[in-house]
Amino acid sequence: MNDLITLKGVTRVYEVGTEKIHALAGVDLTIRPNEYISTMGPSGSGKSTLMNIIGCLDTPTSGTYEFEGEPVHKMDDNQLASIRNRKIGFVFQTFNLLPKLTALRNVELPLIYANVPRDERLEQAERALRRVGLIDRMNHKPNELSGGQRQRVAIARALVTNPSVILADEPTGNLDSKSGEDIMRLFDDLHEAGNTIILVTHEEYIAKHAQRTLHILDGKINEDTLNG
Amino acid sequence: MSKSKRSHLKNTVKESLRMALEAIRDNKLRSVLTLLGIAIGVFSVIGVMTAIRTLETSIESGLNVFGTNTFLIQKYPAVTIGGHSRRKYRNRRNITYDQFKELKRRARLPIMVSVTDYSGGQTIKYRDKQAKKNVYLQGGDEGSLRTFNTFIGDGRNITAHDVEFSRRVTVLGMDAVDQMFPFEDPLGKIITINGIGFTVVGIAERKGKMFGQSQDNYVLIPITTYLQRYGKRWTSLAITVEAPSAELYDKTRDEVIGILRMIRKVPPGKENDFEVVSNAQLIETFGQFTGGVKLFALAISIIALLVAGIGIMNIMLVSVSERIKEIGIRKAIGATRRDILIQFLTEAVFLSEFGGITGVILGVLGGNLVAMAFNIPAVIPLDWVLIGLAVCSVIGVGFGIYPAYRAAKLDPITSLRYE
Repeated sequence: MNDLITLKGVTRVYEVGTEKIHALAGVDLTIRPNEYISTMGPSGSGKSTLMNIIGCLDTPTSGTYEFEGEPVHKMDDNQLASIRNRKIGFVFQTFNLLPKLTALRNVELPLIYANVPRDERLEQAERALRRVGLIDRMNHKPNELSGGQRQRVAIARALVTNPSVILADEPTGNLDSKSGEDIMRLFDDLHEAGNTIILVTHEEYIAKHAQRTLHILDGKINEDTLNG
Repeated sequence: MSKSKRSHLKNTVKESLRMALEAIRDNKLRSVLTLLGIAIGVFSVIGVMTAIRTLETSIESGLNVFGTNTFLIQKYPAVTIGGHSRRKYRNRRNITYDQFKELKRRARLPIMVSVTDYSGGQTIKYRDKQAKKNVYLQGGDEGSLRTFNTFIGDGRNITAHDVEFSRRVTVLGMDAVDQMFPFEDPLGKIITINGIGFTVVGIAERKGKMFGQSQDNYVLIPITTYLQRYGKRWTSLAITVEAPSAELYDKTRDEVIGILRMIRKVPPGKENDFEVVSNAQLIETFGQFTGGVKLFALAISIIALLVAGIGIMNIMLVSVSERIKEIGIRKAIGATRRDILIQFLTEAVFLSEFGGITGVILGVLGGNLVAMAFNIPAVIPLDWVLIGLAVCSVIGVGFGIYPAYRAAKLDPITSLRYE
């Protein structure tokens, strides 16, 4: 099977004033399709930077990053936007829904940037909302939904373009444990259905849902283990 | 541009429009205030242009105060605009009845040479009924009614004999008839003008109003009688000359000017010491006047629109900094710089265009109110409407581009983290 994501010697250096901060200090990583990965590490370890680079929000200072064989490290802004749009689905800790749009409009948004015709867009958005069990709330705005429901809308938005990978940055961090569990069950289902999922989490029990756990420390992958 | 790219652009603009509408709806008060600025700017230019256009369209017919092929000779210009003060004309010698008679005797080309003068504020009465103060006393001759562009409705006109013998006869305008003879036939009745009796021999046809002013508010008596009884030291007559045809108009004019210069002994090389007023000249003078007003309105509007544009820029900058997070989210899920740029630009253009349309509607309505006041058919100055809307787009783009650019170049990670 072809690799989905290949990072080789990836570094990321920030310049703050005259100081150079090595957020990533040489990361090698290979991820295959339909893997279920959790990423752990203390804050400041560089896991956010790694996720940003994998998510094509940021580019490495040095090293190579290939996504489905395409060299992401050579891409310009527009190409990165296109990869984010078509290949990657983001789920954030704070949901990051647009507060003034209905659930349906939020889910529809990535398809607008993908230039999908309107009829098709609505159909796909509704399908994604049905997938996360929120079809009956599709005309509600985020502030009319519970935290768990909001995160489901966000997951629907991540799913709607049929991405190659779903990146979830502490998806249960702002939820009560019951809703958090529901969300994790949803991720498990999505994995069952063939999706590739990369989670960032602080919680050991959340990390256990994944098959493989990466421990990041000081800008490097300290440990790369397969879970029981 | 390839077909798919074009359809992509169309899609983007369509979606941006929808987003712009949503954004405007979400910030109603702020949006309304912003577009009010644009609306006022556009309103002022469209309003003035509409008003001027309505006046202009009526000028062709309306300013033909005299009949066709006629011109007027008088001491003062019909309209003076700026610069020249009345002093320049005041020292001219008056145009006298003798000069008129001499001109009439010597001029060969004109088919009519007629003389008039008028004065207001006379007490004009029939028994206990008095004409209003705006009915003025008109001295004239057999040609005067023709120069008023009207005819005898009943009775007879003033004749050359009436003038020659300074008879105390009068032809009434319809306003005078309405006011003094509401229930009686005026013909043969005697009215008094400052206590002097005059026999009504004729009634002129009604002309109606122009520019909101009656054209029937006169009492016409022979010029000779007028000069004897009501003439003043400073009375200067107006002479109306009618050329036989449009072709002979210029020749007639030249002949009359030549003769009058001789009569008034104007040395060769000196300019005329009288004014020749023609319809063409009136229209031209009016054009100068409206041109000035247009320029002024334009200047005011440009300033107003500039201020409004700065308002739009300000609002858009606020809007961008309020929506940094939103921009980050949009970028994360795949919006390109161009998508964001177009989104904010569309919003700016939409705001100013919305304001522009409001301004156009108010302006056309306001301008036509002026037209209605003057009893002139309404018009829509389409060229100015289009210019106004085009300018609004330019303002939207011009003042929207910087905020939109700032939004577009935001870094997705920083803006996502922004709270």
